Amino acid sequence: MSQKSNLKKLKRNPSAGFHAKPTRAKSTERAISWMFRLGTYFILLCASVIFLTIIYKGSQTVFQASFPFVNIEFLTEAPQTLHVFEYEGEQMELSDSNFRVFEEERGVEIDSTTYAYSGGGIWPCIVGTVLLVIGAMTIALTLGVLSAIFLSEYSKPGKTLNAIRLSILNLAGVPSVVFGIFGLGFFVLAGPIFSFSPFEGYDIRFWPLPIYFGFVGWNVSLIAGCFTLAFMVLPIVISASEESLRAIPQGLREASLALGASKWTAIRTNVLPYAMPGILTSSIIGVARVAGETAPIMFTAAYAMRDQLPWQGLEKWSDFFFQGVMALPYHIYVVSAKIPQNEYTERMQYGTAFVFLVIVAGIALSSILLRIRMRKKYRW
Amino acid sequence: MSLLTHNLTAKTSQQTTQSMASKPSGPSRPLIRVSDFDFFYGEKQALFDINMEMRENEVTAFIGPSGCGKSTLLRCINRMNDLVEVARIGRGKIEVNDADIYDPRVDTIELRKRVGMVFQKSNPFPKSIYENVIYGLRIQGINKKSVLDETVERCLKGAALWEEVRDRLDTSGMSLSGGQQQRLCIARALAVEPDILLMDEPCSALDPVATAKVEELIHSLKDHYTIVIVTHNMQQAARVSDKTAFFYLGKLIEMGKTDEIFMSPKNEQTEAYISGRFG
Repeated sequence: MSQKSNLKKLKRNPSAGFHAKPTRAKSTERAISWMFRLGTYFILLCASVIFLTIIYKGSQTVFQASFPFVNIEFLTEAPQTLHVFEYEGEQMELSDSNFRVFEEERGVEIDSTTYAYSGGGIWPCIVGTVLLVIGAMTIALTLGVLSAIFLSEYSKPGKTLNAIRLSILNLAGVPSVVFGIFGLGFFVLAGPIFSFSPFEGYDIRFWPLPIYFGFVGWNVSLIAGCFTLAFMVLPIVISASEESLRAIPQGLREASLALGASKWTAIRTNVLPYAMPGILTSSIIGVARVAGETAPIMFTAAYAMRDQLPWQGLEKWSDFFFQGVMALPYHIYVVSAKIPQNEYTERMQYGTAFVFLVIVAGIALSSILLRIRMRKKYRW
Repeated sequence: MSLLTHNLTAKTSQQTTQSMASKPSGPSRPLIRVSDFDFFYGEKQALFDINMEMRENEVTAFIGPSGCGKSTLLRCINRMNDLVEVARIGRGKIEVNDADIYDPRVDTIELRKRVGMVFQKSNPFPKSIYENVIYGLRIQGINKKSVLDETVERCLKGAALWEEVRDRLDTSGMSLSGGQQQRLCIARALAVEPDILLMDEPCSALDPVATAKVEELIHSLKDHYTIVIVTHNMQQAARVSDKTAFFYLGKLIEMGKTDEIFMSPKNEQTEAYISGRFG
């Protein structure tokens, strides 16, 4: 309907215009708004399908119908070979260790079909991932908060600062596998080692101190993985920390300084405590990324299989940091891509993915709770 | 202009106005002296050749339209303008207690302990009332309970807030009303025992009742502190101050006893501003 006739109608009967046939503009408006709506609903659908599949299939591995309802073996054992066999007319599935006990108790030797990685559990992977997350986030938060304080509180705007910001931004765009290669080159192969006793490949002795030093590498180890992951999340931590610091009202800094506080005192007492909730919130995203990335730890920290837990069989305390670990994302990769696929491996895949999701969600939830508590304490 | 300032220092302070009765007789000495002071924000000059003196135990009011440089000068006196990246001094100096405060050897921390400041927007810390007041002591490493308790009571009484908050010192400073927050900020400034209190439009966000209380407070503080107050409210300047300085476009146009400035301004611009013809 044209504008003119619409107007005419309005003049005759003032209320008619509002009930008239929708104009073209109005129909377009409605169509457009539906387009946005459908786009959002589609994402929601995809997310639900992904989560529901993992929860549905994963819970079959993690939970069971009989007491204690949770598959304890899956959560507390290392991955093992699965034996599938028939015994006295019954179909049996036993992981390697249980299979041996079974054989011994009955004094028989049983012919079984074996499936690698399909028995046992994922306990060492859980431990490894948690250690990697703790280590990487400690390093990333320390470095990140330090540099964020420098950037937002101390540095003067100028070309240098712009260059620093740009490089941090670029760091965020680097693919994670590149960080993996970087970690391999810098930490695994050439990480600096300090020692009280001479070792092969040392270059420098801090004379007269009996300390030896050399770029001999950290090997595939927890510490190499932590550093690699930390560098990967640094951009997230820095930019988010900066944001949180900048959100603190300038008035608090001025008030502190006017009362005779030094710059650092003002930051320590009246900026950092109030910025902490925001910094922690932002690091939630970092935690999820650190826990989830496979590529950076593939070359630097992760073993496909390790019998011992990290605290077992250590000769000295420093060995704890210089050992490879199993990790959940790498384990999913191994059982999904490195071994022959069958119904038994699928169980492991979804079970691991499910536990993985629960752990990441758990960490996120605890950070959110922590943030809420801190927010309650400080309000302006 | 320097003639005017000279004029002021020479004769006026003895027979000052208003509540001079409570004051010790004899001329008080100039505590803050600004001489030939030029100040820049980047390329833009904010203050031109300022010459003035503020005397001990007097209230000096800075008036003038927005952007005239009165707050800038105030923030120069305790070097809060150091926080502004592009701020710099062109020429001249500011002396507090006969010491040049822009001397590179000056410790700004010590300076700001001597020259306290109350801001336009009340900015209590999101801590308890108690912790707000003793912040200045805490950061000096004073943690003795008896000293802190005594300071809190003395400063809150000094800021006329004690009766209202004595039962809830543990509640957050943010939970107070606007006027109470501003008085808390004044109490917090008093705790450091400064000689000078700078007030940057302390009442601009307050209702008339709260404003009256803060003004009363300023009156009572005058006996122990030298106060410089920036205000947009000319009645306020007339009510609280002994001296008034009128600024316009970064220049000090006229300074003198408040009575004289308001009753018989010498300068046309001052007269125009005071009578409300511009600004």
